[in-house]
Amino acid sequence: MEIIMSVVIGFLFMAAVYLMLSKSLIRIIIGTGLLSHGAHLLLLTMGGLGGSAPPVVAEGVAVSDYADPLPQALILTAIVISFAVTSFFLVVAYRAYQELGTDNMELLKGTEDHE
Amino acid sequence: MSNLLLFPILIPLIVATVLMLFPNKIKMQRMIALIGTIATLAASFFLIYKVFNDGIQVVTLGSWPAPFGISMVSDLFSALLVATTSLIVLFVILYSFPTIGLKREQSFYYPAVLFLMTGVNGAFTTGDIFNLFVFVEVLLMASYMLISHGGQRQQLRESIKYLLVNIISSALFVASVALLYSVTGTLNMADLAVKIPQIEDTGLLTVIAVMFLVVFGFKAAIFPLYFWLPGSYHAPPMPILALFGALLTKVGVYAIMRTYTLFFTMNIGFTHELLAIIAILTILAGCVGALAYFDVKKIIIYNIIIAVGVILFGVSQMNEAGVTGSILYLIHDMMIKAALFFLVGIVAVIFGTSNLRQMGGLMKTYPLLGWTYLVAAFGIAGIPPLSGFPGKLLIVQGGFEGPQFWGSIVILATSLIVLLSAVRIFIYAFWGEPVETKPLKKSAYRAMLIPSIILVAITVVFGVGAELFMPFIMDATEVLLNPSLYIEAVLKE
Repeated sequence: MEIIMSVVIGFLFMAAVYLMLSKSLIRIIIGTGLLSHGAHLLLLTMGGLGGSAPPVVAEGVAVSDYADPLPQALILTAIVISFAVTSFFLVVAYRAYQELGTDNMELLKGTEDHE
Repeated sequence: MSNLLLFPILIPLIVATVLMLFPNKIKMQRMIALIGTIATLAASFFLIYKVFNDGIQVVTLGSWPAPFGISMVSDLFSALLVATTSLIVLFVILYSFPTIGLKREQSFYYPAVLFLMTGVNGAFTTGDIFNLFVFVEVLLMASYMLISHGGQRQQLRESIKYLLVNIISSALFVASVALLYSVTGTLNMADLAVKIPQIEDTGLLTVIAVMFLVVFGFKAAIFPLYFWLPGSYHAPPMPILALFGALLTKVGVYAIMRTYTLFFTMNIGFTHELLAIIAILTILAGCVGALAYFDVKKIIIYNIIIAVGVILFGVSQMNEAGVTGSILYLIHDMMIKAALFFLVGIVAVIFGTSNLRQMGGLMKTYPLLGWTYLVAAFGIAGIPPLSGFPGKLLIVQGGFEGPQFWGSIVILATSLIVLLSAVRIFIYAFWGEPVETKPLKKSAYRAMLIPSIILVAITVVFGVGAELFMPFIMDATEVLLNPSLYIEAVLKE
């Protein structure tokens, strides 16, 4: 299972990098979304996925029987943060499109008073 | 266990939340923001006093015992930085009154500044690596808002890049935390410091250490990763720029200092040499930028990058002189950068432009501004007895005692370039033929100048009276160099 997860994470990172290298702003934002999904899945997988028993320490329950609860708490926090940041990024991108009239990163280079 | 160390985080959080209820009452906004910041400053000074007398303060949230719950740890290093942060925010708020403009004040400017302070103080105080990520996100969220605040064309264009760079570095942060957790099985910094020396496979840990260097390097603007900083910092108005220049990169610097002294010490020969080389390259890259531009904002912005390099070089030496110098220089740099941005902001307002070529002859009309700027410029270059001197002296000494003596030579040589870049502003703007200036109301000028002068005066006191502050700095150094003190304080609770 961990192997499949690693492949999925790798694919997400690859797709994210590909999207972030494109010129269109909306593709870049989708790319950042995929990048954080990849990072979150990595966070979940790195501790080992574990078994299916509830994470209660009792007699006869080995560490490998239950899933580590800590990464789940971390991933929840990270998802909320990336949700907030992505929505803010979308708003800023829309405002920038209104103000600047383009979403092409090629045209957003440099500064106006460039020396 | 006392909750005192949470006050510098909670006061701005609560005040900011209250301020969001009535955005249009400007007088109330100003008053409450000011009172909140002063209260935070008082709390942080009391915290220094407490930590200095009673040792490291620890709070574990929810009273979970240390490695399981989130611990907030305040040693003298973090307490000093929290106090400096609160001081700078206080002056930024004072400086904002005449400069930021009514429109921005009505659109949640003060709450955003206070939320930023919450995040910065939290990042300085936390003792948990994932909690550090959370606090960094809190301050980044506030900084995203501030950098796009006002919605000018340039601001929007630069905020997109700023957002993108920081989102990528945040994703890398999560990935690095995941790797660290998989190797060590803990996220508490003190517990990490216990567990990491027990792990024999240092190769993987070295990779993780370098990943963290990249993550924090994005925030601290070290050599290959500083490319986003000059453009982004150029966009927002001056008080926000002063806030960012003084505080944001320093959070990255603090994080590198903390992690590289506390637990990433398993392979000093590689990681710390890498840090030293990167620090020197950062200084050189900053110098090129500081000399290349004729824009007063850009010159000071590149000086931020130089200072980051100087501080990190001191840390990379891992000896007493180097680390002490870094702490001194870090505190000095936070204050002097804010002061310089304030002063340069006044100059830019007077001329209506930030281009040096269109300035001149200010010494006759605004002599006090000129002299204050000159003192600040000498301070940033580290001319004795001003505040940059003791820190730089110790960093250079640390370099000569440590393995990278050539770094000290570079620092000494580049000090001259720093001086040249800062004095160049003085020569162009204050000397020469007077150029037509924009009319500036006497009261507005005074409102801008007074906080700047007080801040410069504080840096002078910090430099001349460095001996006075030495006991605190030495205490902070001791904890950084002896991780066992930190570990004991956190894990005994």
